[in-house]
Amino acid sequence: MALPQMTEDDSKQRIRPIAVPAEQREPAPILEMPGDGAMSAIRKHLTSRGSGAIADRIFLGLMLACALSIFAIVIFIVWILVLRSKLSLTQFGFHFFVRSAWDPVSGDFGALSFIYGTLVTSLLALAMAVPLAMGVAIFLTELCPRRLRAPISFVTELLAAIPSVVYGLWAVFVLVPIMRDQLGPWLYKYFGWTGLFEGYNFGVGLLTASIILAIMILPIISSITRDIMLAVPTSQREAVLALGATRWEMIRTGVLRNARIGIVGAVILGLGRALGETMAVTMVIGNHPDIAKSLFAPGYTLASVIANEFSEATGDLYLSALIEIGLALFLVTIVVNAIARGLVWAVTRGTPSRAH
Amino acid sequence: MSTNPLYTPPPGRDESPLHIPLDINSRYIRLNRVRRQAVNRAVTVLAILSTVLVIVPLVAIFVYLLYMGASSLNLAFFTKIPAPVGAEGGGMANAIVGSGVVLAIASVLGIPVGIAAGVYLAEFGRGKMLAAAVRFTADVLNGVPSIVMGISAYSLIVTVQHHFSAFSGGVALAIMMVPTITRTTEEMLATVPHAIREAALGLGVPKWRTVLSVSLKTASPGIITGCMLAFARVAGETAPLLFTAFGNQFWSFKLNEPIAALPLQIYVYAISPYDEWHRLAWAGSLVLIVMIMVAVTLVRIYAARGMMKGAS
Repeated sequence: MALPQMTEDDSKQRIRPIAVPAEQREPAPILEMPGDGAMSAIRKHLTSRGSGAIADRIFLGLMLACALSIFAIVIFIVWILVLRSKLSLTQFGFHFFVRSAWDPVSGDFGALSFIYGTLVTSLLALAMAVPLAMGVAIFLTELCPRRLRAPISFVTELLAAIPSVVYGLWAVFVLVPIMRDQLGPWLYKYFGWTGLFEGYNFGVGLLTASIILAIMILPIISSITRDIMLAVPTSQREAVLALGATRWEMIRTGVLRNARIGIVGAVILGLGRALGETMAVTMVIGNHPDIAKSLFAPGYTLASVIANEFSEATGDLYLSALIEIGLALFLVTIVVNAIARGLVWAVTRGTPSRAH
Repeated sequence: MSTNPLYTPPPGRDESPLHIPLDINSRYIRLNRVRRQAVNRAVTVLAILSTVLVIVPLVAIFVYLLYMGASSLNLAFFTKIPAPVGAEGGGMANAIVGSGVVLAIASVLGIPVGIAAGVYLAEFGRGKMLAAAVRFTADVLNGVPSIVMGISAYSLIVTVQHHFSAFSGGVALAIMMVPTITRTTEEMLATVPHAIREAALGLGVPKWRTVLSVSLKTASPGIITGCMLAFARVAGETAPLLFTAFGNQFWSFKLNEPIAALPLQIYVYAISPYDEWHRLAWAGSLVLIVMIMVAVTLVRIYAARGMMKGAS
């Protein structure tokens, strides 16, 4: 019996199943093995279930799509905000950010007073929170008895998770009266000569907003700083101690100097949080667009003007000016956060910190 | 003769000390030691002081919130809708249900996307540039002010529909949930031992099945807790709901109508001039705080078990 001649077509048919992409491969080629009618039971079972190649690809595709959706969200937010603020973008251009006019009646808008309020409250809050947060982080990582460590970090985590509006509620009923009746007059009496504590003290204003901001960002800064300091290898500490350093010298040269990049990152992260904090600030800042030297004066921040005026904004230009403020806030916090995350990651190598 | 870079000569002596035997009991060295120890003590005291200065007021705030909330809470809070201005009583039943509706929408939209993105990062993206970029973007997105999410959802949905709606509020919160859940899921999956995955793959289980039935299942307690934390966090968000869900004084269950939400109601009542409303605001805060406490505590328990190292 002559063997059948192998034609061009046949060879293609044999080779093709291996060469084609995985989607078309399964499971036909194995099932139709020529001349081999009896397959082993195991092979039959496996092939009848398919190789999973298609399912795997679909699965990977789905997961990838969801991962990419995070990029999509960012791009989409920028796009929609630019789209909706086009009116104000074209009308005022860059001057929007250097003019302090805010007159919804005559349609004249500028964001300078809000930028001022945001910067003053955020920087003041940082000035109050950073030294304290450093102290807490140093205490927690270097000095604290092991037994106290967990409860204290638990409390700070809990406080970092309390909603902004609840802090605002507390500030309205506790902090504002304290500012009005005790702290404010005291500051005026002893530091009035600086010119920072002048004018009528309502209890609400830039200083009150800064204090509540400081309280809110403290747990965040201290817990990230703690994570960063814990990432410094113990051998560094031991090396410095072995040279005869005191504990503080060990912390300064062995820990803080090694962790300084990450600590700067933690502080900037706190700044990003302070810049965008909305509800608590809106409730105690007084909501008045003004550039005042006195810290008692009511102010306005970028976030609080949106929160306060957005749902009452009449007219397209008014609305688009507010959306432009939102766009500015978004871009600034994106940049600030990107810098901060980069710095923190450089130290902790990508492990996320406990409090965001 | 070269000078010793590690040694600053005492004032009045400028010669290099290398040829002089160091007298560790000399007056200068002794004073230096006293100074260094004094600085050490001062800094230690400062660190302890700042911790006390931070922890005590924060705990005081917390206890005050609990106290005010507990003394304002009653059954009517959970069963009645807000009373008209000036009338006694009333509750936030509609706001609690409204929060539930908005959060349900947010969870349905946000949790699957967040978990899937986390699965990609942990199971498929190890060591890839793309995964690092996603991770970074998620962390950055986490820090974006919530009010921006509110404007985005407003611009996307409310301006198209021409009215405020529960759905738009849910979308705003969902966007906020995604990055947190993504990062937690990734962290949880990273704690699953490789041997388990390899065992499954070695048995001929397809990759997708391995991920779903082995990796995710093993990490599920941690992932569920992470989702709870994200849920608790957005449950307290007010800013994104201001001009999406908008608030409502009455019952509402429809997705395309304005709906009440607990944090919104707290905000409105806190800045109102009525004592009765203030009382309700405190009670509402207590409900939010208790929810968050439960979530954070659960995360802590898993963290202590080593399930969620570094996740939040």
